[in-house]
Amino acid sequence: MTAGPLTALPRREQLPAGRAARRAPRRRVNLMPLVYLAPSLALFAAFIVFPFLRAIWFSFNETSFLGGIIGFTGIENYQAILSDPHFVNALRNSAAWTFGAVGLQLVLGTAGAFLLNQRFALRGLARGLAMVPWATPSVLVALIWLWMLDPNRGIVNGVLVGLGILDKPVAFLSTSETAMPTLIAIDAWQGIPFFAVMILAALQSVPQELKDSARTDGCGPMGVFRNVVVPHILPTVLITLVLRLIWTANYIDLAYVLTGGGPARATTTLPLLSYLTAYKGGDFGQGAAYAMVQAAILSVLVVMYIRLTRDRSA
Amino acid sequence: MSAVLDRPLAPAASPAPAPVPIPRRPRVRLGSSLVHGAVALWLAATLGPYLVMLLTSLTSERELLTPGVNPIPETFTLDAYVELFRTTQFLSYLGNSVFTAFGTVAFSLLVAMASAICLSRFRFRGRTSMLTALLIAQLFPAVLLVIPLQAELRTVGLLDSRWGLILVYSTFATPFATFLLKNFLDGLPLELDEAASIDGCSPWQMVRHVLLPLMRPGLTAAGTYIFIFAWNELLYALTFTSTPAAQTIPVGLQLFIGEYQIRWDLLTAGGVLAAIPVLAGFMVVQRQLISGLTAGAVKG
Repeated sequence: MTAGPLTALPRREQLPAGRAARRAPRRRVNLMPLVYLAPSLALFAAFIVFPFLRAIWFSFNETSFLGGIIGFTGIENYQAILSDPHFVNALRNSAAWTFGAVGLQLVLGTAGAFLLNQRFALRGLARGLAMVPWATPSVLVALIWLWMLDPNRGIVNGVLVGLGILDKPVAFLSTSETAMPTLIAIDAWQGIPFFAVMILAALQSVPQELKDSARTDGCGPMGVFRNVVVPHILPTVLITLVLRLIWTANYIDLAYVLTGGGPARATTTLPLLSYLTAYKGGDFGQGAAYAMVQAAILSVLVVMYIRLTRDRSA
Repeated sequence: MSAVLDRPLAPAASPAPAPVPIPRRPRVRLGSSLVHGAVALWLAATLGPYLVMLLTSLTSERELLTPGVNPIPETFTLDAYVELFRTTQFLSYLGNSVFTAFGTVAFSLLVAMASAICLSRFRFRGRTSMLTALLIAQLFPAVLLVIPLQAELRTVGLLDSRWGLILVYSTFATPFATFLLKNFLDGLPLELDEAASIDGCSPWQMVRHVLLPLMRPGLTAAGTYIFIFAWNELLYALTFTSTPAAQTIPVGLQLFIGEYQIRWDLLTAGGVLAAIPVLAGFMVVQRQLISGLTAGAVKG
């Protein structure tokens, strides 16, 4: 999904002492929270927790083409991964995809944030328009760029050849060397605005008094930036970064639609390998095992993310 | 009202009326024309591809088959749109997307509102765990859950069904919608609740007559977020639906890309129609939505 990046964080604020004291008699509210939370909890139990446990179970079984379980095979699916050359390839692609796309977004998104923080006409509108790719369906992003990059009639090749930068049109998405960089560029195009807007919000929350007092204390513009602005926006940048890493690592829509993992597996990332193994190869047990490895690797980032958000609100 | 989502992103004008003209905030400023140029360049790179798509959808099939690159059509035509509705299943996809997206908005908003009220207004054991659980729920890899979810939906007969999609989408849209609404509610003073309760409101009346009307902006932002999520989702829709009875627009576009590879007029026409509802909705509430998105990461 495009609208993936989620950043509203829970606050762990302390209640003012008086507030709790003024509450209605305690026994009356005791069951209420459960009533209010019941719908959420039911949804999570049915569509997250149960499937998660089942995915673990799947990964230890051999499955039929239709997804039925044939028999328990223990760690066979995991052993198969260790001796699978495609797995190492997928890991490498995953690393290139995730760090490439997020790195690009971080650098250009930060630049974009500073740009949007300047004064100019219609700034509010510009910020909204810049965020449009964030709200665009992933398939549509794929479709637009498939057309723009079309070797015969696409505008990108047309311009590059017209300017003499290329001798002849390049099939960017079906050439092994260019396929992954092209996917990364497309993802960056879609993801930069999100970074920019998050960092912009952090920039705008730097208290003016802090900057003023730093200036009074003799800081030049660079000094203010280094000693006041950077420390202030750093937590937001880190949280956004970790969130985007997790999200991008799991994001397979673009590669699925644009390259199908090809050419010659050049764009098959680990989650895409899992999906293709299950739905093109019909091996759900093996697919689940790949997905479990993906989840295990990402759990490091998830723990980091939770720590970061907790530090913020502590 | 100090509602979180209402907080404008732009540095707000100081609330106190200034008796003397306040000197402009000194800040590092690039040259004004340089800034405008850079912003224009950025917006051109962002919006240009959409313009190319729109223009292509208005080009005739014949003109597109002639070699060479010419993004601006010689004659504008709506043929592609007519053909899209006459000869493809696009209308079914559109109907399914509308049904699924609005269904998800209604269902998820209800669920998220209940959770948000609870997390904002009650203090109970397990509250922090619930907040952490919400955080983790939105970080699960979709590929990990897609396989068992398909099996589960088949068991309960909700495969290739719009209702099945609504349930799954609601599950994954609810955590963030809950955070949005909770942050919003945290900005509404508790004194309101107390006044209502002193006036003899039952808890339900308090929600209905006090909180709900005040939550309108928050509900709009959360509802739009849910709509965008449901409208755009590809992976689950692709896996859980198999006929035009339930396939949504993203699935349809994905099928078109395989089927009409050389009919760029048709493909882009479908793209334009897929983009209009989300982008229009986004632009209308972008202010609230963006401040909702950023609120969590910025304040601690």
